[in-house]
Amino acid sequence: MKRLLALLLAALLPLGALAADATPTDLDPVAAKRAVDLAAQLRCLVCQNQTIAESNAELAVDLRRQVNEQIKAGKSDREIVDFMVARYGDFVLYKPPFNVTTVLLWLGPALLAIIAIVVFARTVRARNRAIVQRPLTDAERAEAERLLAQVSREQR
Amino acid sequence: MSEAVNQDGLTPPVEPKSKKMRFLVPLAIFVVLAGFLYRGLFLNPREVPSPLVNKPAPQFTLAQLAQPDQSFGPEQMKGQVWLLNVWASWCVACRQEHPLLVELSKRKAVPIIGLNYKDKPDAAAGWLVQLGNPYDLSVKDLDGRVGIEYGVYGVPETFLIDKAGVIRYKQIGPVTEEVWTKKMLPLIEELRRS
Repeated sequence: MKRLLALLLAALLPLGALAADATPTDLDPVAAKRAVDLAAQLRCLVCQNQTIAESNAELAVDLRRQVNEQIKAGKSDREIVDFMVARYGDFVLYKPPFNVTTVLLWLGPALLAIIAIVVFARTVRARNRAIVQRPLTDAERAEAERLLAQVSREQR
Repeated sequence: MSEAVNQDGLTPPVEPKSKKMRFLVPLAIFVVLAGFLYRGLFLNPREVPSPLVNKPAPQFTLAQLAQPDQSFGPEQMKGQVWLLNVWASWCVACRQEHPLLVELSKRKAVPIIGLNYKDKPDAAAGWLVQLGNPYDLSVKDLDGRVGIEYGVYGVPETFLIDKAGVIRYKQIGPVTEEVWTKKMLPLIEELRRS
């Protein structure tokens, strides 16, 4: 039984290797973490909804290699990201930059929230204004007193 | 006392204006959204605008495919309007555009330089023998580094480069008859005149 379990666990070992795929092995731990963080910010343009850290496309492999080499060459994160943007455009960034073309993307949700709050506030205020205060007619007053008397009788 | 107010005096009157708006606003939002979505149907998400257009073509020096002892760099094409076509023997869409490139080279329409991207030289040479060679010459980008310099992410890609060595147009995916006659040829003629 134990042997079977050991065999099963051994069969699962390659999965661990898959998980560590994006981690470069020839860098020291700090640089390796930088490489992984950078790769997680960059889009793989072949499989557009994956980062180059996640993707196994050849281009992603090449771009990870590029990132590792530039880290080894002493480039800063900023310089490496700029290198990618200069060649592949802003689309290579998973988090789009804030500029003229992306203003609506960044501010749109806040704008919609403000519009919603303004509309809500105005509706509530209009509703409050529409509640008309007027004195009760004699018939209504008599009816109210009758009901109140009935309630206090029932409470006794 | 207005008729619209209910007897209890608590329910606000519904103004005719807001009643109309209640239908017009959602309708307007729907029309705008539908417009955007309809436009989206005809956009290709793979066609990412290249930041390299109107920038100088990145320099490189690579060995030629046919004569590995000779090198080539874009500076050798100074003074000419030319195409840099990124291709590979493993690339299916390259087969699709290849007959047009062969036809263009027969007509001597424009010099075409091939960037043989991440390919095996033997396979690449065989491909050209089998399907015809439209290239003035091809260079070997074995590890794809020059491809990265040019922002290549989907083969085939074609760069139109002017006399001063500036990239003027980038075609992502196969060059089709339509792309050639409507976009590239007019641009080439214009760039030759300047």
